[in-house]
Amino acid sequence: MSAVAVRTGLPRTILRVAGETLAGTKSQVEPLESELIQRALGGQHEAFRELVRPCERAVFMATQAILKNEADAEDAAQEAILKAFTNLPKFRGDSKFSTWLVRIATNEALMKLRKERRQQLHDSLDDVRKNEKGDYVPRDFADWREIPSEALQTKELRQALSRALASLTPKHREVLVLRDVQHFTIEETAKRLSIGKSAVKTRLLRARLQMRDALAPGMDGSWSTGRRKYKQVRPW
Amino acid sequence: MEISCEEVWREVSNYLDDEITPELRARMREHFKGCRHCTAVLDGTRNVVQLVGDAKAFVLPGGFSDRLYRKLERKLSQDGRL
Repeated sequence: MSAVAVRTGLPRTILRVAGETLAGTKSQVEPLESELIQRALGGQHEAFRELVRPCERAVFMATQAILKNEADAEDAAQEAILKAFTNLPKFRGDSKFSTWLVRIATNEALMKLRKERRQQLHDSLDDVRKNEKGDYVPRDFADWREIPSEALQTKELRQALSRALASLTPKHREVLVLRDVQHFTIEETAKRLSIGKSAVKTRLLRARLQMRDALAPGMDGSWSTGRRKYKQVRPW
Repeated sequence: MEISCEEVWREVSNYLDDEITPELRARMREHFKGCRHCTAVLDGTRNVVQLVGDAKAFVLPGGFSDRLYRKLERKLSQDGRL
């Protein structure tokens, strides 16, 4: 494995993405990241492309997980990369370039999301089902035990996932993304959002339960068989 | 001591993150043994965490790189750097 991969401090998911790219270039001599940065700063724009290319998917993933639709996510990802280009002289090398870039992308998406949130007059948070104590109540108890990772190959599931994410309120979505998509710890998530750890946990609980309700068998309503027996239905 | 379904739902996320006391964990585990509803909620929530955390969940849209580098080139020429 290259020194670049060993040194990386990226979250697990992003690591996997970067790993795919690194695996593809294993046999070639990789120019050192610092060398590419120096070349890019010296005006060799192709070097900047080389720096960004392995991170494109991680950057898009960071923005898509936060923003509602693909077009906004692409927009935020592009903006983040352009910002990284403009601010490259300020990159101090304290972290990997990819970590720095993903952080810019996350901030860009969060900024876009906050803008969007300010425009919302009503927070759909009040629409979710609660019991008298105000807790989120799961909608149904259909069995969903199998681990469906292989199912991610299907476009339908990815779309269902995007729709489910989009259905969350911004403040629940951003917590879920930082914690579950980008694998930040609860403490790191709290710090990034300037909220307390207990607020992170509360929002995370609601976000996860809502996601489960949206993705659990029969999200189209067909799960209500009216019988005692649980029906295994997949919406994808 | 027994624990209610409502309490289990309130802690299911913390259970997955191991953010509860060993005592509460033991009580919840005991509850899951006898409650199919709560087990389904736990399994489903765990699946959600695994799904959204899977890199395969997010795929680059076609033409992403082309559009990105066209934009970058436009910026460079606007800045007079090309």
